[in-house]
Amino acid sequence: MTSAVVQAEALNKVFINKQKKEQVVALASLDMCVKKGELTALVGPDGAGKTTLLRLIAGLMTPTQGRLSVLDIDMYAHPQQVQNLISYMPQRFGLYEDLSVQENLDLYADLHGVPADERHSRYQRLLTMTNLADFTARPAGKLSGGMKQKLGLACTLVRSPQLLLLDEPTVGVDPLSRQELWKIILQLVEEESLTVIVSTAYLDEAARCQQVHLLHEGKILVSGSPDTLTQRAQNQCYLFTPNPEQKPRELQSALLDKSDLVVDAVPQGGRVRCVLHPNNTIEDVTKDIPYNKVEPVVPSLEDAFMMSLKEHMPLQSVSVEKLKKDHKAKPDASSPIVSVKQLVKTFGDFTAVAKTSFDVYPGEIFGLLGPNGAGKTTTFRMLCGLLPATSGVLSVAGKNLRTARADARGRIGYVSQKFALYGNLTVYENLRFFAGTYNLWGKQRKAAIERVSEQFDLASHLKDKSGELPGGYKQRLAMAASLMHQPDILFLDEPTSGADPLARRAFWRRITALSQTGTAIIITTHFMEEAEYCDKILIQDAGEKLAMGTPEEIRADLADTGGEVMSMEETFINIIAVNRRKKQERSDED
Amino acid sequence: MTQIKQYFQFIFNLCQKEFLTVLKDPSSRIILILPIIMQSILFGYAATFDLKEVPYAVLDQSNSQASHDVLQKLKGAGLFNQVATLHGSNEVADVIGNQEALMVVYFPADFADKLQQDQASPLQLIVDGRNSATANAVVGSFNAITLAYNASTDVGSQLPITVKSRAWFNPNMETRWIIMPGMIAALSMIQTMMLTALSVAREREQGTFDQLLVTPSLPSQILISKAVPSIFIGLIQSTLVFLICRFWFDIPFQGNLFVLYLGLFLFTLASVGIGLSISAVSLNMQQAMLYTFVLLMPLMLLSGYATPLANMPDVMQNMTYVNPLRFSISIVRRVYLEGATLADVYTEMLPLILIAVVTLPVASWLFRHRTS
Repeated sequence: MTSAVVQAEALNKVFINKQKKEQVVALASLDMCVKKGELTALVGPDGAGKTTLLRLIAGLMTPTQGRLSVLDIDMYAHPQQVQNLISYMPQRFGLYEDLSVQENLDLYADLHGVPADERHSRYQRLLTMTNLADFTARPAGKLSGGMKQKLGLACTLVRSPQLLLLDEPTVGVDPLSRQELWKIILQLVEEESLTVIVSTAYLDEAARCQQVHLLHEGKILVSGSPDTLTQRAQNQCYLFTPNPEQKPRELQSALLDKSDLVVDAVPQGGRVRCVLHPNNTIEDVTKDIPYNKVEPVVPSLEDAFMMSLKEHMPLQSVSVEKLKKDHKAKPDASSPIVSVKQLVKTFGDFTAVAKTSFDVYPGEIFGLLGPNGAGKTTTFRMLCGLLPATSGVLSVAGKNLRTARADARGRIGYVSQKFALYGNLTVYENLRFFAGTYNLWGKQRKAAIERVSEQFDLASHLKDKSGELPGGYKQRLAMAASLMHQPDILFLDEPTSGADPLARRAFWRRITALSQTGTAIIITTHFMEEAEYCDKILIQDAGEKLAMGTPEEIRADLADTGGEVMSMEETFINIIAVNRRKKQERSDED
Repeated sequence: MTQIKQYFQFIFNLCQKEFLTVLKDPSSRIILILPIIMQSILFGYAATFDLKEVPYAVLDQSNSQASHDVLQKLKGAGLFNQVATLHGSNEVADVIGNQEALMVVYFPADFADKLQQDQASPLQLIVDGRNSATANAVVGSFNAITLAYNASTDVGSQLPITVKSRAWFNPNMETRWIIMPGMIAALSMIQTMMLTALSVAREREQGTFDQLLVTPSLPSQILISKAVPSIFIGLIQSTLVFLICRFWFDIPFQGNLFVLYLGLFLFTLASVGIGLSISAVSLNMQQAMLYTFVLLMPLMLLSGYATPLANMPDVMQNMTYVNPLRFSISIVRRVYLEGATLADVYTEMLPLILIAVVTLPVASWLFRHRTS
């Protein structure tokens, strides 16, 4: 037996779109080798073929062409034999929401034919690892997003597989649960010398693996260990410190505008991290932009990822100028446009939101952060008038939308967590419909549709069925529909969940441009580094407000870290952990 | 003025979306049309109590001229079909038991003698009573034949009194004439109610309803735009069934089309009100579907569609007064078969209006106030 667990040679997978009668190439002559006991990450933009590759390895589809063997078994001849030896966790794992945690485990143990005498010890181990031991009687539907994912993983692991396939296991999961999930995965690799292939949109996760494959358009662009890949960006990464009166994201925009010199620029800890094209020097860039200081930094995997991708595809062009130019005048920025005082929401004896207060000014980007179940979405729904508040004062554009006249809602735009447009209508039909609901008719409507389809690069997809668009396009369509009427306030509930780094960058360019037109933006996110784009952030846990301020202020509150600038994610985990510990101590004293 | 125009522009836009979501897929278009045609044709042929080819057996121990005459009449009636000749009373249980025959005609040995002596001369009829409706029909038809026989032979001094009955509005007493016009209302109700019940629930499940609620659209506009396509589709389905009644089954239409459609419109409005209320309280499509099914059965049973209302216990008769189908079936039958005018049936239209007036605002209020 060779040491290769997965061996793919010239692997092809072609789908046929029946409606359009065209072929979609998901994998194009892909070669890959996964060694036994290795932790392998698949990264790449949306639609690169990660899920297709995992499903082929899991034997759920047959390749169109090429050779594929898993555990030395030919996938064409004996897919069932392979399926008996591996475990696969799809993006949306099929938990039975009405069954309890224990019943779900039992069900999957039955399905996989796990012998009764092995079950007890296996359950014990899985429940301890996932911290679900105290919740065995709770229905799966009542678990938080992070707990559901952990239960999904536990169900996948009720038997000991020889190969574990995980498809974006941490999508929509908060940083704390993400940390816990990875602890479990790493523990398994170590203790059971399990071979794992995981696809992910988080590059810090990929950096923990032994092998990383970067997929793009069905091919592997580069692969290797995280260290060797990171080497590629050596001497190309710099950290800019902005002038005192300069916002980091303004400096970032200035850098990104030099797209022939700069691969990538992202705000980081109040500064801007910048990756240069291989053949350029830092002097070329700094010539004509204002900044305070610049210093070279050690590259990260994300920097290398951006460099490799940039060689193969142009960064999504974002017509920022267009966004700014066409926007109508906004209310003055001196008084808050959203004001929340002592907001409380209870469901029975469960407190979802406890005494929260904050103000958002025009042109501000306000980030609501917190682990799953922190009360972010509940706060959102109250602001949008979808849910009545138990007590407290709410004012959005001067009104409480729950009780205000209907046209007051014309001043807000709302993009919900999951895609919520009409899936069987085309892009154009959706845009036309939503223009109508915002009282745009005739020429105005036509102009609005043209404007947003240009701003969000949808013009070539107007006739496509919305439900069949790739993920990134759906998200852009939802944004476009909510901006038809140029609202004063835009609500975005986890808009970047599951999006790849490229799409997220394009998204944030649009958002920052939009804020410059005076639109107030209220956003929730699980990507803590995205909090850097916000002017102000509010961190909630279990309905309580834990911290509020600019990203720098929040970091400064935790200054006892010895000079080293903490990433937003570390800061966040710290704040939540400290708070939970305090709570625990309090309840212990009682 | 501009506000009114804007109000209707909103509704028009919302309606357009509703029609698109319902009718865009060819498969969902077929589902709205084809089953209706199939079901009405199926019901027209299958749902009938009318006798045809009733299988019967004969046990003739009299073997006389008289018994032969009666059997001759039976054959001549064209409704019955002799399948067996029995030789002893012990065979009777078998042919009835294994459903070979629906009835056995038994002439006792003294049948002819008694008849000669002007005595009452009973012949015996053994009928399979497992389906009481058919059994009654069989007995009825057989009685008619013996009466005819009595009349023709002029036995005894006194002529037996014969009752000649004539059924109005349905001279041949065809069940189809009663069943089919009822279908005009009943069949379309099933799909309109299901369609509306799913419409809001589907949007809630897919998150589009929240998206709709954060736009400046008013609940009344959303309500009207949800109701219009359902009413439209419901009326089209009723029309299909009506055309099948009229032209496929040749049931003559006695009434006025306007009165018929007014009744149907009010009925669909009431069913849409109920459907939307179901939809507004349901969290997801599964719930909406379940509630609709649970409701449909009693609505059908308590409508007088298959069984006469007058036969039901008082409590249940009272329950029928909140059932839109009860009124609509009555309206349709009366207009279709009797030619009833608006003046005749308006009292049955008022309850339909009442049901719509209660359910529609309730649904609209629930859109926003359903506690999740």
